[in-house]
Amino acid sequence: MIDAQQVMGWLQKVADPEIPVLSIVDLGIVREVSWDQDTCVVTITPTYSGCPAMFEITQAIEQCLSEHQIKSVRIATRLSPAWTTDWMTEQGHVALKGYGIAPPVQRAVDISGISRRPAMPPVPCPQCGSNATRLISDFGSTSCKALYRCSACREPFDYFKTH
Amino acid sequence: MMTIVLKQDPAMSASVANKTGTQVKPTPTELAASTTPLVEGLLRLGDSALVLSQRLSAWCGHGPAIEEDMALTNVALDLLGQSRMWLTLAGSVEGAGRDEDALAYLRDANQFRNVLLTELPDEDYARTIVRQFFFDVWHYFLLERLTLSTNPDISAIAAKSLKEVTYHVRRASDMIVRLGDGTAESHQRMQDAVDALWPYTGELFVDDAIDLVWEKEGWGPKVSSLQSAWSEHVGQVMAEATLTLPAAEAAMHAAFRGGRTGRHTEHLGFLLAEMQFLQRAYPGASW
Repeated sequence: MIDAQQVMGWLQKVADPEIPVLSIVDLGIVREVSWDQDTCVVTITPTYSGCPAMFEITQAIEQCLSEHQIKSVRIATRLSPAWTTDWMTEQGHVALKGYGIAPPVQRAVDISGISRRPAMPPVPCPQCGSNATRLISDFGSTSCKALYRCSACREPFDYFKTH
Repeated sequence: MMTIVLKQDPAMSASVANKTGTQVKPTPTELAASTTPLVEGLLRLGDSALVLSQRLSAWCGHGPAIEEDMALTNVALDLLGQSRMWLTLAGSVEGAGRDEDALAYLRDANQFRNVLLTELPDEDYARTIVRQFFFDVWHYFLLERLTLSTNPDISAIAAKSLKEVTYHVRRASDMIVRLGDGTAESHQRMQDAVDALWPYTGELFVDDAIDLVWEKEGWGPKVSSLQSAWSEHVGQVMAEATLTLPAAEAAMHAAFRGGRTGRHTEHLGFLLAEMQFLQRAYPGASW
């Protein structure tokens, strides 16, 4: 029986298909690794309910573990508690920024109010570091990203929005 | 020909299966008749999300600005994901072997349980935005209450969906203000859309027997209990957008409701014809 921590270490190398610098462990998708007799059970949680990457992630996990000679793998999906960007690791934040995507600046999205735009700290531009940035749209190129523009370097950028 | 018995003796059905070699499958009509209040309510949640998602998907590549195009398709994707969770749960509770695909692709219009508002066509962009706003605000308050469900599957799906819908409702509210309090033309088109869609909002708050069972079992709220919070937020945003809300009585006519019990407008049939074409023409096709 291989140690669950060891398996977690291997999964650290499995990249998110849409943001390849981010591992699925750093993204907080892998919730638990356990053993059911000879079967390795990997429990994952979807990021956004419609995220098309989940299918590819499941396949990537199976492939990764088969490369490490684990013959029987089961992927379990867990919905509750719902995924939040709070689970993203510090390493994940650094990788995102290096890739040109601003990491989340707040704790989990505030669902307690229907108010139109809650107060939000500035999102620093991942290119030039300026705080003079502006939201263009809460909806970007993938479910998890919002679209911003930097007034200092005049470049648009993606923001990994709090969720 | 076999007689369908309500409570099948497992030993008997096993022996029937052995003799004939195949399991007797109930027809869709028999299945529809056998659905419980729990399944019915889950179909309502899944179908409203699915049908609105299908409507919004039609904007892909046609949005009036690229940000609008991306926002509508992102919302469509979220709603599709939510619908998949609800329909999967409905199929599993029903226990008749129907999965999310069977429920989405192999039911006819009168078996759909979405609110009428979600199936109305995109005759003008203003209608798309107003439809989204009325629905999102309702959806937000509904999901908020469903997170407290005594059924753990319902509360888990609701909690996940609520995070996504919080972004939806904020955007929809923003757009109402931007276009309502915009140019003379955008204002007029938004007002026309509000007037046209308003009658369909009554359905969102009319309880029936299913809602009462849901409340009694603690699965979810009576929809009538969502009305005051909905009216308050909608009223505030409309005022900020300089738009006028029609009289409450205008939303009371019974002709503008029925979707939740399978009585739909003619628009749903056309929507389903497009959505279901592939599975109907090539049953079982997959890739």
